[in-house]
Amino acid sequence: MRHIISVLVRNHPGVLSHVVGLFTRRSYNIESLAAGVTEHPEITRITIVVTGDEHVLDQVMKQVNKLVDVLKVGDLKYRQAITRELAIITVKAGPKSRHEVIEIANVFGAKVVDMSEDTITLELSGTERALQNMVRLLNPFSIEEMARTGTIALSMKSSEQ
Amino acid sequence: MKISGSKIFLQSLKEEKVKHIFGFPGATILGIYDCLFDDPDIQHILVRHEQGAAHAADGYARACGKPGVCLVTSGPGATNIVTGVATAYMDSIPMVAFTGQVPTSMIGNDAFQEADIVGITRSVTKHNYLVSNVKDLAATIKEAFYIATTGRPGPVLVDLPKDVLLDETEFHYPEQVSIRGYKPNYIGHPKQIESALKLITKARQPVIYAGGGVIRSGAMEELLSFVNKAKIPITNTLMGLGGVPGDHPLSLGMLGMHGTKYANFAVTQCDLLIAIGARFDDRVTGKLEKFAPNAKYIHIDIDPAAISKNVRVHLPIVGDARLILQKINKSIVPGDYSAWIEQINKWKKEFPLSYKKSDKVIKPQYVVEQIYDLVKDKAIIATEVGQHQMWVAHYYHFNAKRILLTSGGLGTMGYGFPAAIGAQAACPDKIVFDIAGDGSFQMVSQELATAVQYGLPVKIAILNNQYLGMVRQWQELFMNRRYSGTPMEYAPDFVKLAEAYGAVGLRAEKPQEVREVISKAVSIKKPVVIDFRVEREENVFPMVPAGAGIEEMMLP
Repeated sequence: MRHIISVLVRNHPGVLSHVVGLFTRRSYNIESLAAGVTEHPEITRITIVVTGDEHVLDQVMKQVNKLVDVLKVGDLKYRQAITRELAIITVKAGPKSRHEVIEIANVFGAKVVDMSEDTITLELSGTERALQNMVRLLNPFSIEEMARTGTIALSMKSSEQ
Repeated sequence: MKISGSKIFLQSLKEEKVKHIFGFPGATILGIYDCLFDDPDIQHILVRHEQGAAHAADGYARACGKPGVCLVTSGPGATNIVTGVATAYMDSIPMVAFTGQVPTSMIGNDAFQEADIVGITRSVTKHNYLVSNVKDLAATIKEAFYIATTGRPGPVLVDLPKDVLLDETEFHYPEQVSIRGYKPNYIGHPKQIESALKLITKARQPVIYAGGGVIRSGAMEELLSFVNKAKIPITNTLMGLGGVPGDHPLSLGMLGMHGTKYANFAVTQCDLLIAIGARFDDRVTGKLEKFAPNAKYIHIDIDPAAISKNVRVHLPIVGDARLILQKINKSIVPGDYSAWIEQINKWKKEFPLSYKKSDKVIKPQYVVEQIYDLVKDKAIIATEVGQHQMWVAHYYHFNAKRILLTSGGLGTMGYGFPAAIGAQAACPDKIVFDIAGDGSFQMVSQELATAVQYGLPVKIAILNNQYLGMVRQWQELFMNRRYSGTPMEYAPDFVKLAEAYGAVGLRAEKPQEVREVISKAVSIKKPVVIDFRVEREENVFPMVPAGAGIEEMMLP
């Protein structure tokens, strides 16, 4: 099963590697990892996407929770979470194929952020699935470079009510 | 008034009522050593290898319950304490380790004697700090002691860059600590306790399985009264020995790989297992599927991460063992366990711990029995790791507070002697024995100089079989007696070695000499090394082969 683990930590040096270390020790492959400041500048939210055995994951979360600099750990259920990821993708596209690429971008709501004689750079934020779908359609044009942030997530308040 | 970081360090330690530091100086912590030079309140004990400082601080903490403190320099000084810190971490021992560090401006530049000790010890400390500003120093030390001693105790490391120790600021020691995200829970959930009481009353074949958490939380009295009130048989882990008196009629001794046959039978057949301050270690459980397969598990532990880690627990109670046992004792209604106790007593009679006695050659078990007979609960016993450690667990009946110091989790050879030095510093009026193997003692024999220098009259009883005995036993039983890397005929003459350090060396070669030599060692007010020439190929039994269920024991 795939899980989105959300960890709130005190913004101290070394916390990130400590948290990640506990996952790697139990041979969890981290699929994506994103860290950024929260509404409190001294608190960072780390969002980790992992796949693996629930029992072991439960154990790892308890161990993460034990760290002095960790304030809160939660397993966000996909269905009850708002998940987003940002990608910047540079696609090979000369004058002939440019239109086709821009059409795909429009369908997915991606923005064109740069263009050269033979490339277009797109920016897309969305769910991981939306990103994957667009990447699949862009592949035939040859993707030159891609950067992705990894998933960030918050629990969906409306589904809690 | 502004004072230097080094002075703040010492002032802070005094606020924590630290009386002893085990350490070894070096370039980056010279400032602290300069302040220590004429400090009347704190005694610095100079070890001969930094690993000894960490083990001594650990032994100090186990002996008296107060956090142990060690102080070493950066780089190799810091890396040398890692084994000692990891040992304390695995056994949940309160300890604060201070390491020097190169100046903040040079960190990360591969400076002389630089090591990223905070990175290196991240997974073997409860928490660690790099202090980057002298203004944070006092508060960090306060937090370090607080974290080390509260909740599930453990080692905390504080890395001190040289410039931070030189910089000056006002000294202000905070009175309280409040760390968001660190709030240990001591009080067990009342509903869970209520459910536990019901399970206990309903059970027919219950067993208590008590570990080191009982010792750490000081719950020995409460545990004894629980056992007496509920009349439930109890087995202890290695770390939990002494939790109830070893000679109590309901005591089953130790369980697990080298547990007694009756303890392992009782656990395998019980219908309710009450785990208290124990963590279902693999040396205890053997093959998990065969560990108490028909039982419900109650698990009392202060660490929520210990619950359901290795086994699925039916009823967890997170909190302090002492407080929870107090509550349980108030309203316990025991069930009828008479048939069960009768069965256990039958096993006890049928399968007692035993070894083949001899009047020609010294049996190692005999030495342990005689030390016990001669010093009983006047002594603190430290051990190294290996066969002798298991014989101590079998034949020394621990029954007073905190008298066994042993590396249970990490299994660190070379732990016992420096730990004994730390214990002797903490308890100058006690007799402190390190019951050792010849292999383990050779890892730390240099600390004889420390013991002699500070007049710490530790007795080292070497059960000398000229083998790395436990490994040899495995080779004998499972590898066709191919003794690869285990013979140790090339060792110093331990009597002469002791004398070379200014200690006393004694030797016993015949069983008839054993008692006399022990009595003599106890009467000498100096460190004594006793070389007991024991049966070379004696084995520890019972033994559960690795990977088997604990009821599948090998006997001699």
